[in-house]
Amino acid sequence: MSTAQTGSKNVIWDWLTTVDHKKIGILYLAGGAFFFVLGGIEAILMRIQLMFPEFTFLGAQTFNELLTMHGTTMIFLAAMPLLFGFMNFIIPLQIGARDVAFPFLNALGFWLFLFGGLLLNVSWFTGGAPDAGWTAYVPLSSESAGQGLDYYLLGLQVSGLGTLIGGINFLVTVINMRAPGMSMMRMPLFTWSSFVASMLILFAFPALTIGLLLLMLERLFGGQFFAVDFGGNVIIWQHLFWIFGHPEVYILILPAFGIFSEVIPTFAKKRLFGYSAMVFATLIIGFLGFMVWAHHMFTVGMGPVANAIFAVATMAIAVPTGIKIFNWLLTLWGGRIRFTTANLWALGFIPSFVMGGVTGVMLAVSAANYQFHDTYFVVAHFHYVIIGGVVFGLFAGAYFWWPKMFGYRLNETMGKWFFWLFLIGFHLTFFVQHFLGLLGMQRRVASYLEGQGFGDMNFVSTMGAFLMSIAFIIFLISIFTSKKNTENVNDPWDGRSLEWTTTSPPLHYNYPQTPLVRGLDAFWLEKYEGDGRMKAAEPLGDIHMPNPTILPIVISLGLTIASFGFIYLVYWLIFVGLGITFGAMFIRSVKEDHGHHIPVDEIKRDLEEG
Amino acid sequence: MAEQQASTYEQLPPNPETATLDGRNKYLGFWFFLGGETVLFGSLIGTYLGLRAGTADGPGPADLFHLDLVFIMTMILLTSSLTSVMAIINMKRGSHKKLLGWMWGTVILGAAFLGFEIYEFYDYYQQGLGFGTSAFSSAFYALVGTHGAHVLFGILWISTLLIRYRNSGITLTNAPKFNTAVLYWHFIDVVWVFIFTVVYLLGIGG
Repeated sequence: MSTAQTGSKNVIWDWLTTVDHKKIGILYLAGGAFFFVLGGIEAILMRIQLMFPEFTFLGAQTFNELLTMHGTTMIFLAAMPLLFGFMNFIIPLQIGARDVAFPFLNALGFWLFLFGGLLLNVSWFTGGAPDAGWTAYVPLSSESAGQGLDYYLLGLQVSGLGTLIGGINFLVTVINMRAPGMSMMRMPLFTWSSFVASMLILFAFPALTIGLLLLMLERLFGGQFFAVDFGGNVIIWQHLFWIFGHPEVYILILPAFGIFSEVIPTFAKKRLFGYSAMVFATLIIGFLGFMVWAHHMFTVGMGPVANAIFAVATMAIAVPTGIKIFNWLLTLWGGRIRFTTANLWALGFIPSFVMGGVTGVMLAVSAANYQFHDTYFVVAHFHYVIIGGVVFGLFAGAYFWWPKMFGYRLNETMGKWFFWLFLIGFHLTFFVQHFLGLLGMQRRVASYLEGQGFGDMNFVSTMGAFLMSIAFIIFLISIFTSKKNTENVNDPWDGRSLEWTTTSPPLHYNYPQTPLVRGLDAFWLEKYEGDGRMKAAEPLGDIHMPNPTILPIVISLGLTIASFGFIYLVYWLIFVGLGITFGAMFIRSVKEDHGHHIPVDEIKRDLEEG
Repeated sequence: MAEQQASTYEQLPPNPETATLDGRNKYLGFWFFLGGETVLFGSLIGTYLGLRAGTADGPGPADLFHLDLVFIMTMILLTSSLTSVMAIINMKRGSHKKLLGWMWGTVILGAAFLGFEIYEFYDYYQQGLGFGTSAFSSAFYALVGTHGAHVLFGILWISTLLIRYRNSGITLTNAPKFNTAVLYWHFIDVVWVFIFTVVYLLGIGG
């Protein structure tokens, strides 16, 4: 029989063993924010080094380590986990579910990400971080001295496994866990775009896994995949990396698109223009995302035919993306727009991201790419799409969903200061980098010479970076000073989708009764055609919930220990680590855990208090 | 709760592996996982195809491969898939005993396959094909070795299930577990068919 589990009194133990999607979402946000700050500090250090020509603030080796860790950290350990945080917290609420399909795996995914990220950063203290760029091209990476690259390989392998698990979990959650009436074409756009992003994770990450595996075998066990003397081929790494790497950028941007598609209709007080076109554009972007990886390799010598095919495929992505941009604009058109901080991020996103898109199409012209390749033009381009798209989306989502997640609203005045300073700082930093690139400044260089004419623009760029940091500090302060804004938090923005029907923060079983969904924008429909409350799809009754467990953290810890064994080739450590991991998996498999039931009396008590 | 009680034939629904939400989640999630595994093996096979000519004066495919040995291995693995199909048919009929019997058949055949593979690797090593001999050897061992590791994991997984549920009867909890394990086993069988074609047949004939 199932056991009634009373919540543990120890707060730390509670968070270590939680399988609640909302708590795991918050853990993802906290972990992602930690690495975001870390990656930001790395960026600032690099910008200081580049502030003046021939500046000697950092050594070249340190610079190489910083640029590698900045890219790796921001992509794998900041942007993706922060998006996973929102996906974890919001998707089950938006589809009217009480939890994700695999609560245990959800927790496992988080701990793998965290331990992988920490493992990667241990390299700073053990003789040098990885220094071959976040793309880790061979033979630079296969012959890089020291253990830095080994930390990169094992750290990303561990955290990548966590991401893959998370992706599968979201896919099954969206397909199997929707409330009655929540058909696929009634799902909010954030859930849709996260669903497509999860599909990309599923099919992209295994290619990275194999790339990392081969490089690990090459570095640690004498493999010859990339050694030309032994018949190896260095281009294979680039293919494997970008078969993962290009879908990766859509894994980042699609959930951000989803956030904007929630924020803009809410603050324009109009339903999203072209809902079905948005869904299909998302699917098409997801599909095309797999067809364009070689546009990162135009200068490698694939030949004109391959270059032309990948150039055309890349430009084709501008079509569904353009459809999305126009749909957002037409949603705003004629709407009653409220300029809240969340909406400002969405409005700032549209022109910023379009600029990144335009330079993207320029880069797709494979002949011109020979001029742009590996210059600051590329750096400017991908920061315009990743900051202007993903980071703006994360900030919009933070201001939009903060009341739901934490039960208080972030201060709007400080939010607007944050937005404007960050927006100006962002454009100051990266706009000039287009021209630096066109003038011939290469990316990833630790310095430049006095007479090259790069000095002024690099100085401006660094000032912009400082401004962004100041803006972000304002945001961090506002998190702590806004805690008293606790009035009107259940539905502060006049929301449209199901998450706004719950309390803020939601009860740990989300919905006392599973809601019945009667159309698109389910809550809005009830507000204007019903009595403003969701109809229930089931009578009030006992609710079945999963039990907390410590096993996910044990499994992750075992893999981390084994990783150290691999990095230093200590065989007994590998066996101990893998023994812990497989032992914990064995316990999980053998011990049946059927969760517990929340009795109906307790739910009634919660309802009276709420 | 009914789902924990050992059910007899009359009580079980016709498809016990997908009768509960938990079971349906496992079933769907595992199919997605296999989708990811397809990309994983696709990447390894692609790497092998790119590197198989890079023998660097070491032994090449035509010097090494014995088609008769690999043919026997293929037949063993295909048969092990067949026994697992029989196991699932019997699970749906509600016969716990026959489920276990056929599944043990799968485990034994899987172990035999693995034994042959270890012998094969040993043989190649004796003929001078170390892991680091050439790009071809690295790619060959990486691909076939990853498959072998999957077979080993499958054997351990299925054995765990068989021992854990030796007396429990078929339940709505263990039916999805047996079903996913068998899905996994079919998958590694299908991967082997591709390896047999791409590595061995093309290695000798192509």
